[in-house]
Amino acid sequence: MNQLKNKTLPNIGYFIKEGIVSIKLHGLMSFAAVTVIGACLLIICTFGLVAYNIDLLIDGLASQNEIAVFIDEAMTREQAVALQAAIESIPNVEQCTFVPKEEAFDAYLEMMGEDAYIMEDLREDNPLRDEYRVVMKDVALHDETVDAIKKIEGVGATNSEKEISDRLIQIKTVVNAVSYALVALLGAVSIFIISNTIKLAMFARKDEIAIMKMVGATDGFIRAPFVVEGMTLGLLGGIFALLAEWGVYDFITEKLVASSGLFTMVGWGELWQGLLPLMLGAGVVIGILGSTMTIRKFLRV
Amino acid sequence: MIELQEVYKVYDGTTRALNGVSIKIEDGEFVFVVGPSGSGKSTLIKLLSAELKPTEGKVLVNGFDVSELRRRDIPYLRRTIGVVFQDFRLIDNKTVYENVAFVMRAVGTPTRIIKKRVPYVLELVGLKNKSRRLPHQLSGGEQQRVAIARALVNNPDVIIADEPTGNLDPSRSVELMMLLEKINKLGTTVLVVTHERELVNQLEKRVIAIERGSIISDRTGGYYLDEPVEE
Ligand SMILES: Nc1ncnc2c1ncn2[C@@H]1O[C@H](COP(=O)(O)OP(=O)(O)OP(=O)(O)O)[C@@H](O)[C@H]1O
Ligand SMILES: [Mg+2]
Repeated sequence: MNQLKNKTLPNIGYFIKEGIVSIKLHGLMSFAAVTVIGACLLIICTFGLVAYNIDLLIDGLASQNEIAVFIDEAMTREQAVALQAAIESIPNVEQCTFVPKEEAFDAYLEMMGEDAYIMEDLREDNPLRDEYRVVMKDVALHDETVDAIKKIEGVGATNSEKEISDRLIQIKTVVNAVSYALVALLGAVSIFIISNTIKLAMFARKDEIAIMKMVGATDGFIRAPFVVEGMTLGLLGGIFALLAEWGVYDFITEKLVASSGLFTMVGWGELWQGLLPLMLGAGVVIGILGSTMTIRKFLRV
Repeated sequence: MIELQEVYKVYDGTTRALNGVSIKIEDGEFVFVVGPSGSGKSTLIKLLSAELKPTEGKVLVNGFDVSELRRRDIPYLRRTIGVVFQDFRLIDNKTVYENVAFVMRAVGTPTRIIKKRVPYVLELVGLKNKSRRLPHQLSGGEQQRVAIARALVNNPDVIIADEPTGNLDPSRSVELMMLLEKINKLGTTVLVVTHERELVNQLEKRVIAIERGSIISDRTGGYYLDEPVEE
C-alpha cells in the first residue's frame, strides 16, 4: 500500500502534458483567460509604476534643502537687502544669499536657452521679484522654518521643492488607494476567470475524472493537471502583461513625460528585471488560487 | 476477502435499502447476487467500493474497513477492486488501448509497465487486434470486454460487475460469463449482480439472493431452478 502511495511524483511529465493538452483543447477560452489576466496585471502594474515614480520624485524633492524666499514688491532694494539679518537669525537657516531680480532674470534666460530672445523685451519691465536663496540645516524642520520666514515683515511668498513634494504626497495617497482597490478588484477578476476556465476543463473531463476516482486515483493526482493548466494560463498572462507594460511604459516615458520636460521617470531598462519575477509570480499565484478553488468544489462529490 | 457484518443502509433517513445484511466472500470465489429491482443489490456494491458508507454495521473489503475509512484512504481501497459498469463508461475519444492504459496511469504506474500489461490484458479479453479502435467502432459485447479489461488491468483482488449483461444478447452474455470465469480461474474474486436466470442456472456458482434489503437465500448452484417462472 505504501509503495503505491508515493507514485504521484514521477508523473510530473504526465501532468504537464495533460495540462497543456487541455489548454489547447479549449483554445479560445484559454486565450480569453490569458488576455483578461494579462490586461488586469497590466493595469495593476501601470498604477504601481506610476506610484513608484511619484515616490522617487518625492524622495528627490524632499531631500532638497533650499527654499526660495520672494520679497514683497512694495519693498525697496535697500529694505529688501536689509531682511538678510532677520532671515539669518532663524535657527535652522544655514546660509542665506540675496538674488536681485535682474540676476534672477538672467538665470531665467539662461535656462530658456535658444528661445531666450523672446523674453528679451521684458528686461525693462522685469516681472520677477528680488529673492533670497535659503539653505536649511535640517530638512525635517522645513515647515517650521518656512513659517518663521513668512512671519518676517516684507516676505511675500516662499517656494521650495519640499512644498511640491507635499502636494505630490497627496497625489500619491490617492494613487495608492486606487492601486490597492485595483489589486483587489482585478485580482479577484483574474482568479475568477481562471477558476471558470478550469471549471470548463474539468466539466469536459468529468467522465474521465469519475473513472479515475473509481479506479483509485488520488485527489492529488486528479488535481495536478488542472493546477498545471491554471498555473500555465496565469504565467502566460504574466508574460503578456510584462511585454505590454514594456510598450505602455516606454510610451509614457518617451512620448508623454520626456517631451513635456517636466520631470524624469525611471527607464524601463532599470525596471524590467525587478518586474519579471513579480509579474510571473503574480500570474502563477493567480493560476494556483483560481484552479485549486474550483477543483476543491469539483472533487467533493 | 469481503465481509459484511449486520449492515444497514438507510437513504435520506427513510428508504431502508439494506436491513442487517451479513455476508462473507473468501478470496477466489465466484458469486452471483440476484434479486428483484430495488432490492438493494447496487447499494451493496456501492458499499464495497466506498461510494457509500453503511448507516450501521461493518463492511470489510480486502483488509480495509469501509465504515471507518478516511476519505484520503478511499483510493487505496479502490485499487484492490475492479468495477464493471452496466453502461461500460468508456471514454469516447480514447482508443481501446488508451481506455485501458489510462486507469493504470491514474494510479501512477510507470509507462514501461503499462506497455507490457495492457496488451496482455487485451489479449485476455480477446481484443488485442482492436486496440486502436475507438469505443463507437466496437460492438456492445466488445465494449463490455474493454470495460472488463479496464477493471482487470490494475490487477485487483476482486472484480465486481453490476448487471454486466444488461446490454448484451444471450449468446454474448454467455461469452461474458465464460470470460469472467476465466478471470476467476486466474485467481481473482468475481462478484456479479445479474437478473439473468438462465446464466445463473447454467453456471454452478454460489448465489446470494436479496429481497427488500435482506438476504433470503445463500447457496451454491441453480438458485432459480425450483422457482416458477414469473414476469
Ligand atoms: N441515492 C439514493 N437515494 C435514495 N434512495 C435510493 C438511492 N439509491 C437507491 N435508493 C433506493 O434504495 C433501494 C435499493 O436500491 P438499489 O439501487 O440498491 O436497488 P437494486 O437492487 O440495484 O435495483 P435494480 O435491480 O433495479 O438495479 C431502492 O428502493 C431505491 O429506490
Ligand atoms: Mg442496481
